Amino acid sequence: MTMDVNYPPETPEEAAATGTLAARIALKQRAGGVVVPVMTALLAFLIGGFVVLATGHNPLLAYRDIFNGAGLNWVFHPTTNVANTAAYNLSQTLLQTTTLILCGLAVAFAFRCGMFNIGGQGQYFIGLYVANWLGYDFAGMNPVPHILLAVGAATLAGALWAGIAGFLKATVGAHEVISTIMLNWIAIWIGEWLFGDGGPLQNAANKTVPISNDVASSAQLPVFWGQKELQGLHVGFFVALAALVVFWVILSRTTLGYEVRAVGFNPDAAAYGGINVKKNLFRAMAISGAFAGLAGALDMLGYLYHFGQSDIPVSSVGFLGIAVALLGRNTAVGTGLGALLFGALLFGTTHGLSSNVIQPELAGNLTYIIQGLIVLFVGADVLILYVWNTRRRLRPRARARAKEAAA
Amino acid sequence: MTEWAQRLENPLSARLRDPATTGYAGLVLGAFAAFLAIPPIQARTITWPIVVGIVAAVLGIWTAARGRRRLGIGAVVTGIIGIGLGILATRSGVGNLNDAFNAALIAQMFAFSTPLVFGAIGGMFSERSGVVNIGLEGMMLMGAFWGVYGADKGGSWVVGLFVGAGIGAVLALVYAYFAIHLRADQIVGGTAVNFLALGITGYFFFQLYHGNYISQGVSTIPNVRIPFIADMHFLGPAIGDLNLMIWASFVLVILSYVVVFKTPIGLRIRACGEHPRAADTVGINVYAVRYGAVVLSGILAALGGVYLSDGFGGGAFNDNMTAGRGFIALAAMIFGNWRPFGAFGAALLFGFSSALALRLQVYSASASTLFNVLPYVLTLIAVAGVIGRTVPPAADGKPYRKQ
Repeated sequence: MTMDVNYPPETPEEAAATGTLAARIALKQRAGGVVVPVMTALLAFLIGGFVVLATGHNPLLAYRDIFNGAGLNWVFHPTTNVANTAAYNLSQTLLQTTTLILCGLAVAFAFRCGMFNIGGQGQYFIGLYVANWLGYDFAGMNPVPHILLAVGAATLAGALWAGIAGFLKATVGAHEVISTIMLNWIAIWIGEWLFGDGGPLQNAANKTVPISNDVASSAQLPVFWGQKELQGLHVGFFVALAALVVFWVILSRTTLGYEVRAVGFNPDAAAYGGINVKKNLFRAMAISGAFAGLAGALDMLGYLYHFGQSDIPVSSVGFLGIAVALLGRNTAVGTGLGALLFGALLFGTTHGLSSNVIQPELAGNLTYIIQGLIVLFVGADVLILYVWNTRRRLRPRARARAKEAAA
Repeated sequence: MTEWAQRLENPLSARLRDPATTGYAGLVLGAFAAFLAIPPIQARTITWPIVVGIVAAVLGIWTAARGRRRLGIGAVVTGIIGIGLGILATRSGVGNLNDAFNAALIAQMFAFSTPLVFGAIGGMFSERSGVVNIGLEGMMLMGAFWGVYGADKGGSWVVGLFVGAGIGAVLALVYAYFAIHLRADQIVGGTAVNFLALGITGYFFFQLYHGNYISQGVSTIPNVRIPFIADMHFLGPAIGDLNLMIWASFVLVILSYVVVFKTPIGLRIRACGEHPRAADTVGINVYAVRYGAVVLSGILAALGGVYLSDGFGGGAFNDNMTAGRGFIALAAMIFGNWRPFGAFGAALLFGFSSALALRLQVYSASASTLFNVLPYVLTLIAVAGVIGRTVPPAADGKPYRKQ
């Protein structure tokens, strides 16, 4: 799985086939613009629809129910009153979107440096654990410093967790995919241990259940839409939106971002240009982990408040982040929109579905199928290049025909 | 003359002073320090583990001082861990010790390691041909569900094996098309396979079984009872009554070693993984070899899944049943340095640690939970190259473009 290039690339397509992941992704970004991701998503929904149809359900009704369940029908009757079902559903979708934006950025940032951070899930968990620990242990602090402490420490912990993979990549060349997969599972088992029987974070009041303590009220994030008791939308939503801007600013407007992207396009050329490749590999991975750790902190302090052993295998937001980032072409805007799509799928399939159309269990798994199809199609750059090249070939011909017609 | 033969030519005293000899002796003694305190030896005083562990550490330092640094440090670490485990074991009750360490532990080790062996050998074929297979987990999961579905609807576990393997092959074929023909990024594609398998199995498990356990009356893969051994004192409970698939996994390891390293087919597979252009030049159809290897990896991973549900699981399936075993199989393959016996050894080690983790619950639930991270930590250490660096095939993960 080494990425060294043997032959100098001759064409952009050749560069895409042999170059780094980031070079390939960059080529795809030039090819097709916004049309291809939209087509990818539509194709995935179409195939998912066929699965639904083949098993005796009506896919159109199923998608309509998911759309409404996610509260996206809110746009037809906008209101801020959460007593309105659509408004409440939308607030829940945005709650999921908050997490997915940050998990998507965790994948996207590493991608821009030519690395595949598959460990968003583990970094998210580490952030979650640290936020729970600090949120409970420092009960009675002033809310503002308490929240800042818990969020800051969790973000840092996520960065360090991912930093292990970055460090190994930079120093001994260990492939980041393997090390982040391993770190995911280490994080999962650490959680099982922390919240399990006799674990350090297990509920102090009830020693028989494998669930953590509740975060103290001083560390809970303020809710701005809906009620705290009903899992309202917390201010972390704006933090996630701000993170999108920060992501764009770092990559497009700072030296750090320039170096990260240069390493992503071609590490050899970057090194030749005087950029410290190793330092940037570590930095990019740590920043990725910081996004995921922040996601964990916001979830814990924003609406979960506690976490249990049984919640660990169910959580898949870190993996959804891969689909979000890839669909969003590793850009800020794309990640935001991808997160909204998957946030809607995540909430819309769990809830409010009538069982004579499609059961929530089926719809929940449909999300995974669509997610898998999207990732599968996005990964196939040749497919996209083919579409793009055909378009490019057709265009001059059409222009020539138009000229002839004018003459 | 090989290096090893040269070493044999030397007088015994020189061989004993060879840092390699002392290093390996240190490793063995370090492990022995821990074993002293558990059955069947079961020393009840902490002196013995400490003495043996210190000897191991001293041998390690000696080795490290004479140039074999990694080996020496390894021996020192083993010695220290051996002392720690030995002391822990002498502190615990004899009854607990007998519960945790008995012959059934060996049988359980094989039961836990068999899905890993199938997955790891499958992954080895794929990666030896130059295609990274992160999707082992998904292919195993597909095998687990469709295998038990086949056994249920077809009425026989044989049908289950074929259905599971067939569906695994189909999923692998889809992945191979994207990875080889479309030259999709292989890690992205493999991740997609995992998501797809999770969705498809979950969807059809609910559609076909309403999410309930498939139980009662499903034909399961039988155990093989060996008449003489089954009644013997220690070997009986250890290997006398193992599942058919466990024996199949042993055969698979030997067979795959012969195929990969001793046959023209294996040479072709390895050529495609090391230098596809050179392989193409001498007339090997790189695409065909890679397709074959990836599909084979799907079949093997799926068979591991069928064993998980229809053998080990007694004909039951539940959502996301593999729970990361595909990734441990991947880890075993890497830890085993992309070699059949290496992968087998790593799978046994990881299976042993899972079996032991289950049994350590008699001491402490939380410690036994934490014990489960061992495979992942070891693999992390292995890829970091602290003790012996693992080396993947040169063209692993690189799409090949025909010219």
